[in-house]
Amino acid sequence: MVGLITAIIFVPLLGALAVCTWPQKNGRPIALMFNVISAACALGLWWKFDTAATELQFVERHEWIPAINAEYLVGVDGLSLLLVLLTSLIIPFAFLARPLPGGRGFYATMLVMQSALYGTFTAQNFVLWFLFYEMSLIPAFLLIKIWGGENRDRAATKFFLYTFFGSVGMLLSFLGIYFAKGTFDFTTLASLGKHGLLTGRLAWLAFAGIFVGLAVKVPLFPFHTWLPDAYQTAPTGVSMVLTGVLSKMGVYGFVRLLIPLFPNQIKIVGPWLLVLAVCSIVFAPLAAWAQRDLKRMVAYLSINHLGYCMLGLFAVAASPVVAAEIDMHAALSGVFMQIFNHGITAAALFYFVGLLEQRSGSRRSVDDFGGLMQRTPLLCGWMSVAMFSSLGLPGLNGFIGEFLIFKGSFAVAAAFTAIAVIGLLITAIVFARAMQSLFSGPLAESCSAFPDLLRKEKLVVVPVTLLMFVIGIAPQFMFNIFNTTVVQMSRLLS
Amino acid sequence: MSSWIVTNLWLIPALPFAASLVILSLSNVRRKSAAALAVIGQLLALAFSILAFLPTLQTHGFRVVQNFNWFTFGEQTLRLGFILDPLAAAMLMMIALVGLCIFVFSVGYMAEDRNFVRFFAYLSFFSGAMLGLVIANSLVLLFIFWELVGLASYLLIGFWIERPSAAAAAKKAFVTTRIGDMGFFLGMLWLYNRSGTLLFYDGGNGCLESAGLAMLGASPAVAGFIALLIFCGAAGKSGQFPLHVWLPDAMEGPTPVSALIHAATMVAAGVFLVARVYPLFSLGAINGVTPSLTVVVWIGVTTALMAALIAVAQADIKRILAYSTVSQLGLMMVSLGVGGVAAGIMHLLAHGFFKALLFLGSGSVIHGCHGEHDIRKMGGLRRPMPVTFVTYAIGMMALSGVPFFFSGGWTKEEILHATAHWPRSHATYYLMLAGVVLTALYMTRQIIYVFFGNSRSASERVHESPRVMTTPLIVLAICAIFFSVLLTPAWPWLHTYLTGESAQFELVRLIQPMFFVSLVLVGAGIGFGIWMYRNAGAPERNRPAEIDPLEYAQPALFRFLANKMWIDELYNRTVVAFSWMAAHLSDWMDRYFWDGLVRGFGAIGQLFAIFTTSVDERGINAGVDETTAGARSLGRVMSTAHSGQIQTYLGVVAIGMLALLLLYAWLA
Repeated sequence: MVGLITAIIFVPLLGALAVCTWPQKNGRPIALMFNVISAACALGLWWKFDTAATELQFVERHEWIPAINAEYLVGVDGLSLLLVLLTSLIIPFAFLARPLPGGRGFYATMLVMQSALYGTFTAQNFVLWFLFYEMSLIPAFLLIKIWGGENRDRAATKFFLYTFFGSVGMLLSFLGIYFAKGTFDFTTLASLGKHGLLTGRLAWLAFAGIFVGLAVKVPLFPFHTWLPDAYQTAPTGVSMVLTGVLSKMGVYGFVRLLIPLFPNQIKIVGPWLLVLAVCSIVFAPLAAWAQRDLKRMVAYLSINHLGYCMLGLFAVAASPVVAAEIDMHAALSGVFMQIFNHGITAAALFYFVGLLEQRSGSRRSVDDFGGLMQRTPLLCGWMSVAMFSSLGLPGLNGFIGEFLIFKGSFAVAAAFTAIAVIGLLITAIVFARAMQSLFSGPLAESCSAFPDLLRKEKLVVVPVTLLMFVIGIAPQFMFNIFNTTVVQMSRLLS
Repeated sequence: MSSWIVTNLWLIPALPFAASLVILSLSNVRRKSAAALAVIGQLLALAFSILAFLPTLQTHGFRVVQNFNWFTFGEQTLRLGFILDPLAAAMLMMIALVGLCIFVFSVGYMAEDRNFVRFFAYLSFFSGAMLGLVIANSLVLLFIFWELVGLASYLLIGFWIERPSAAAAAKKAFVTTRIGDMGFFLGMLWLYNRSGTLLFYDGGNGCLESAGLAMLGASPAVAGFIALLIFCGAAGKSGQFPLHVWLPDAMEGPTPVSALIHAATMVAAGVFLVARVYPLFSLGAINGVTPSLTVVVWIGVTTALMAALIAVAQADIKRILAYSTVSQLGLMMVSLGVGGVAAGIMHLLAHGFFKALLFLGSGSVIHGCHGEHDIRKMGGLRRPMPVTFVTYAIGMMALSGVPFFFSGGWTKEEILHATAHWPRSHATYYLMLAGVVLTALYMTRQIIYVFFGNSRSASERVHESPRVMTTPLIVLAICAIFFSVLLTPAWPWLHTYLTGESAQFELVRLIQPMFFVSLVLVGAGIGFGIWMYRNAGAPERNRPAEIDPLEYAQPALFRFLANKMWIDELYNRTVVAFSWMAAHLSDWMDRYFWDGLVRGFGAIGQLFAIFTTSVDERGINAGVDETTAGARSLGRVMSTAHSGQIQTYLGVVAIGMLALLLLYAWLA
């Protein structure tokens, strides 16, 4: 009997096989079909998920490599479920993006990546987790390298080497931990972490290895320079998945690994971590302001938004004073909300840039457009919703997460939070400027033949945007997913 | 019926919101439906506001709150709520009524616009958000509506989106107010952190009630900082110095928008906010003075005087009114700062009516003059536009504070009264008196330029506006006059309504010594204006017609004021330039410094690779090559034996066999 999680992980792999053997050139219908199946499984997981249970759910445990204590161990808690749902949402969204590179290879590679993502978010044993973690890297590399735009070789190599370098450090650190404690099991390690897994210099080396690996993945300033190149070059759908889901692997790693395993180390370097988070929050949107390329602009804003996640996490985990319960809950809930919200909002922004790119014949500098509101009011209207969501307008999803993160981090790291607020301001400036140069003014000659949102595009845009409104207005259903996990984790931290 | 609305206050903002949603889904040609929906939504909101207003009359200090859970995070709950008290009810009435007048006016004013439908969707959206703002019983909920009115303002300033100037003004408004809002946001976080709740009133546990204030009162300095951070938001929205720069530019929006959002309601939200969280400002007050309130006073004074001065030298009919709005908002802030909360709110309400009237009047003038904004090109309009003229004059006198018959006169009097009794400084009182003179002066100047004298280039072939536009003018003019009934010191009904006391009728109080001071000052302002501008727009001695009399008399001063004291230029050279540089510096650092480091690491890796390659090639590989070469030559020698000829092999086998046999024989 195959468990639900295993099914979720392997359905996309089967899909990849099916796409490869599919007689027709266009693999999209079959890929989407498999997406529907895995999404249905993910919904089933949500349906059966017990929101009050404190332990891992849907656990499947099989012996795998007994010699090194590596088990096939998967299970979900609230955070894992949230990310599984996010993945199930973003991948089909990415398949519907334009402009799309054709061919079966593209879809097969994407599906392999999807499978790896599910695995990463559900594996509860380091060896298995690391396998999936690396397994997502290679499809991402290929997707950029083969189907990317200008400078794709350079960007892909940089992306691969950078993240791979990080992974190597992480692997070595875990080997060190394994030799000391003899286990790869996340739950066991987390309970051991309170008293320190390692001692002396080794502990610091292991901490640094894991930290750098995850910081590259998120990315956290200053380990971010691979990101603008990669996001800019990758085809729209891939950029959507990179920012929507892949970047969350890093945040997830921080929550699942670094913070529970190294509570003491994190407290000691806490202020420095907060400095890095605040740098992400302030410098990334400043750089976004200076970009002309829309994709690069959105890419920089992604760094900023993930910076908020890092701020919330570091504030509660790394500050020398133990945060009050309400602040701990606020910060963690805010981070989890932000993970999901940034996933859909940033993906939507890339989707819209893709629509513009397709209409303009793959030009996407802010200078290439003007006065679009007169020609394509619907496109502009819906795109503005995504932009306002991204800048944290109340009533849309972005506000909830950001408000809670700031609420939680203000209590323990007031000065850092106060500086981070500048990030909110600059994000608003960046979008206000973008809207001004894209939507207003006289209609640019080159845009005079743009079609407005097509029917099939509306079918994609409307549900995603509605989700932003629903989360912004009545977010309780989202909180229900992870409230117990939040309480659980804040107990671990205090 | 009315108790039902008290527990369902959310309906009041929900109706315009719903109207807005439906209108947004209409096609661009359904003009009549759009206008009808918007007006009906607003009408219903007004009806419900009246219903909500009625119960507040019954008891003094009426206050009912309806709190509910928004969401639960972890084990904590964020609660929101709606409140009905005199402050909220009075604001509801003003906003719904002024809003309705402006909605009706817009039907005429925007009749020819291509995006008529979208206009009404935005307008209804604004109305919903504004109505929600005043009944919020939670700082978060207030902040949410606060941002939504900001969004509506952004959309409506940039409504004529094909104009680059409108888009730039919209962006400026959005960004400038957001600077203030970030302060507000931080203040909110801090308050939440200190008092553990953001509900204003919650059966004794709210942040404005004794328990919450006691928690804050432990450190009055912190309470003061929180209040000032919240005031940053108020200053941004209400156009207080130094964040006032967006408001005059916001006049790029259609005139009804300027009337509703940038004169009567949204810009007053800052004043309302300060009044709403007043207990935070006055916490630990000695004689009604706290450091935070003192800051409010001086910001207000600076704003009021600066804007009034600038207004004297503007030529755009709407910009004069915009600076006047900034100045009046400053006045309201002063009133709140010196402790006259009721007076400030009364002026806010009265100002809402007469300033909306003036803006709509200016809209009627602009409509009549075919889109001309420059008052120097108008003139003599009192004959072709009698209704506009009379109503405009009423608005002008209310704004100037002409006593007895006009609402503005009474409320201004109250504010001056409060200012005079401020223990901290008497300078504010005298500065406010100077503001009174200036206000009368610039309004006189404007009215002379527009309605008197001979008609000039833009005012030929002008006709009165249609009934749909003049009716709201008349309604607002009546409000501007009859509102005074509730304001006089003889029967200070509104004052007591807001403070929760009961009003006594005493005719004697109508005559007060300070009253004559302002009578003289207003007279002086108007008289000086008439004298100075008696021949405005016409040549006079050495002065050409197009030169302003003040410009002729004081060219340097006039230039300083006409250029808005060069504050925009100053900001552009400093704050804007600095941020833009910071943006490019960040980009540069990213491309060259941080990425340079990464590439440096890459280069080190490559160097190492080159080194190992050469070791491999010359050292290890060379040795291997030598060995293999030896092996190969040996093989070559050996391979000659493998000739492939059976005879040779058989011969060798025979020789071998022979040798073995011989060996065997020898050994045996």
